[in-house]
Amino acid sequence: MKTSFTRLAMTAGLGAAVAAGGIVAASAEEPKQGGVLRIVVGSKIPSYDGHRESTFGMIHPIRPFYSLLIRVNPDDPQSSNFICDLCEGDVPTATNDGKTYTFKIRQGAEFHDGTPLTAHDIVATYNKIVFPPEGILSNRVSRFAMVEKISAPDDFTVQFDLKYASPGFMPMVATPFNFVYAKKDLERVDPEGKDPQYGMKWHQNNINGTGAFSFVEHQPGSHVLGKRHEKYHHEGKPYLDGFKAISAPKMSVRIQAIRGGRADIEFRGFPPKSRDDLVKALGDDITVQESAWNCTFGYAGNQTKPLFQDKRVRQAMTLALDRWGASNYLSKIAIVKTVGGLALPGHPLATDEATLKTYYGYWPDIEKSREKARELLKEAGAEGASFKIWNRAVDQPYKVVGTWMLDQWKQVGLNVEQVVVPTGPWYAGLRDPDAFDVAIWPSCQSVVNPIVDAGAWISKERAADNRGYYTDPVLDEWYDQMNREGDPAKQAELYRKFEKRVLHDEAHFGQVLWWHKINPHRSFVKGWKIAPSHYLNQSLDQVWLDVPDEERKQRTMDELGG
Amino acid sequence: MATLSEGRLAVAMFEEPAALKPWHVKLRDMARKQPVGVAGAIIVVLMVLMAIFADIVTPYDPLLNSYEYMLAPPDGNYIFGTDMLGRDVYSRIVYGARTALFVGFASAAVGGILGLILGVSSAYFGGLFDLIFQRVMDVFMAFPLVIMALAVVSILGTGTENVILAIIVPFVPRCARVVRSSALQIREIPYIDAAKACGFGHARIILRHMAPNVMAPFLIMITAFVGQAILTEASLSYLGLGVQEPTPAWGLMLQGGAEEFAESAPWVAVFPGLAITLAVFGFNLFGDALRDVLDPRLRSSQ
Repeated sequence: MKTSFTRLAMTAGLGAAVAAGGIVAASAEEPKQGGVLRIVVGSKIPSYDGHRESTFGMIHPIRPFYSLLIRVNPDDPQSSNFICDLCEGDVPTATNDGKTYTFKIRQGAEFHDGTPLTAHDIVATYNKIVFPPEGILSNRVSRFAMVEKISAPDDFTVQFDLKYASPGFMPMVATPFNFVYAKKDLERVDPEGKDPQYGMKWHQNNINGTGAFSFVEHQPGSHVLGKRHEKYHHEGKPYLDGFKAISAPKMSVRIQAIRGGRADIEFRGFPPKSRDDLVKALGDDITVQESAWNCTFGYAGNQTKPLFQDKRVRQAMTLALDRWGASNYLSKIAIVKTVGGLALPGHPLATDEATLKTYYGYWPDIEKSREKARELLKEAGAEGASFKIWNRAVDQPYKVVGTWMLDQWKQVGLNVEQVVVPTGPWYAGLRDPDAFDVAIWPSCQSVVNPIVDAGAWISKERAADNRGYYTDPVLDEWYDQMNREGDPAKQAELYRKFEKRVLHDEAHFGQVLWWHKINPHRSFVKGWKIAPSHYLNQSLDQVWLDVPDEERKQRTMDELGG
Repeated sequence: MATLSEGRLAVAMFEEPAALKPWHVKLRDMARKQPVGVAGAIIVVLMVLMAIFADIVTPYDPLLNSYEYMLAPPDGNYIFGTDMLGRDVYSRIVYGARTALFVGFASAAVGGILGLILGVSSAYFGGLFDLIFQRVMDVFMAFPLVIMALAVVSILGTGTENVILAIIVPFVPRCARVVRSSALQIREIPYIDAAKACGFGHARIILRHMAPNVMAPFLIMITAFVGQAILTEASLSYLGLGVQEPTPAWGLMLQGGAEEFAESAPWVAVFPGLAITLAVFGFNLFGDALRDVLDPRLRSSQ
């Protein structure tokens, strides 16, 4: 059964999985059992703990070892159509005026170590995620602010009691980082008796899930290997005997790995030129899936600095950017494409184009827009102002779009330089308001959940990732209201007001373009459908290899030894 | 111990009477004796002229993005084609010479002068100071040039000034070591003793009496350093640790284009690569020729 969010399904276009030469049709072929899928991953694994981490570098190799309570439908990942993973039957609807969700837990599911799964494992897991003890990092704890209590009335029932009805709750439960852990693992005691929180940290370095694959080995810097979990709870799955996630930080290496047949797929995404090169080289042997990507690419002027405290300067900055033009030409060289507001274009909460074109920075006439920008800068006494962009040393899309932004601002007389730093120092700088003038501010989410995700743009006192370092009580109030609003129409109205204030009235945040996901993969990889996020649809339980039996057997022999 | 004849040779290099031949004859003679060196010099001079007159010899602003001409192949309008943001590759290469020469000369000059002073001082004072100083130099020289530069830029951060500093740090011990070996010979020549006997201070002896007499190896080394500095700057920029976009710099141009557009738009990487190769080649040839001309041992063997 679909949730209320499901009914807010993506409109046409968002869900289009476009192949290089046409549409990738849903496969009606019979899946074949066996073989090992080889994937390439471009980032390191900081730890194995999904609750703690937020990188695809962990999700891609580790997610196949774990299950979730509910998940985005792997056969329809473009929608917010949630289905049960460890729960049973349909996804529950709320009772008690939207304040109670009761899940029936699947019987017969087993952890890889043989421990049977019960509702108590789910409760222990979510207590760690929502109410982590001091000293235990849970990355999404603030987004579960609506949860009051999690309990298990019996061994196979889990109940979530909310403080207030919130349409953002179910999408948060479906977040792919919510790996379900065994209660006994979370309660493990330090054999050396030193660390009282040993169990809560156990999953940072150990893996025991109920996912489609069980852990075989992790050679840091080389690969992660998993083999089929024979007692997996989805009957007949997984189709693969195993998977191997090969570490390849350089994009050129990942592209060549697919081209040379050393890997079958990469799940994050390649730039358009690489897609074209692969298609040209491999022809029908490569299939390309493309999708809108639930990642914003924007910037924020640091409002602890006097220049950016003047909203006319911030408005001029957004007016200078030719978003509609960039959507055409930047999309040819970078992984950005769609012009949009704060909600993923295509989502029912996304602003329609006509309204968007009334906001500063979205006017179709760029010359008029830049004239207005110059006027505002003059009024603010900021003509020819100088500042630096704090950018990340990653080509796609950071450096490409950052360099484009320099050119755009130069055209209204601003004097802008770029400081490009490696990922670690870049994040550290973002957390230090003294370190930068204007921050590149991307935000990648998994399940499309605009209401909860809008929390990034509320006041700095409440939003840890507010890169503009501003305080805006009006936004805070509207955010709280829309998160508690049960009526979708009223909620949308609040969202419009919120968005207009962020992008236009106050111009706290400059949304540039939404990312665009391009996944070229070997055509024999079947059963995987592109989602609007590189975090979603990574359980691999529905993936199979359409290669001759001998080749599948050989792959299993090569990677798992038979 | 240095012999009198060696001392004379060293002094002779700088005391030869000025040649009376006109400059074009000297140039012709030079070209005949050192054709490869002259070729190197021509490359260097062309590069310097290109950098100085970049505004005149380029058809486009190197920072101008022309989105309708993104990745345009070489043709009549864009002789080296355009990059992914539609910027003229030729104009960026010409302006890139400014960056390369600025970084190259600045780091070679500062690194070389510091190395000269430290190397001569070390030779002059000798004893414990020389021993400790040389061991410190050993530590610095244990790291390959690029690794040391990488370490420095990782600490200081990116940007042109920091890249220059990053290149200076490994240059200083290399220069000091070479200069010291020449200065050790100079130290044994009696005029140094005479200068001491006259009561001249250490600084005066080092700077006015010793340093000028190690100019030959110093100049050779400086020339080689410029080539190395250009290469190191390009390497750092290629790794994303050097100068930053949109500054035209050859290594940066390679970084932006080499991997992604190697197949579909090879001109984006080929021309900056050629520019780096030619520049380093030119400075190396010129440096070798300079060594042949200035090194008295090589000169006497010719």
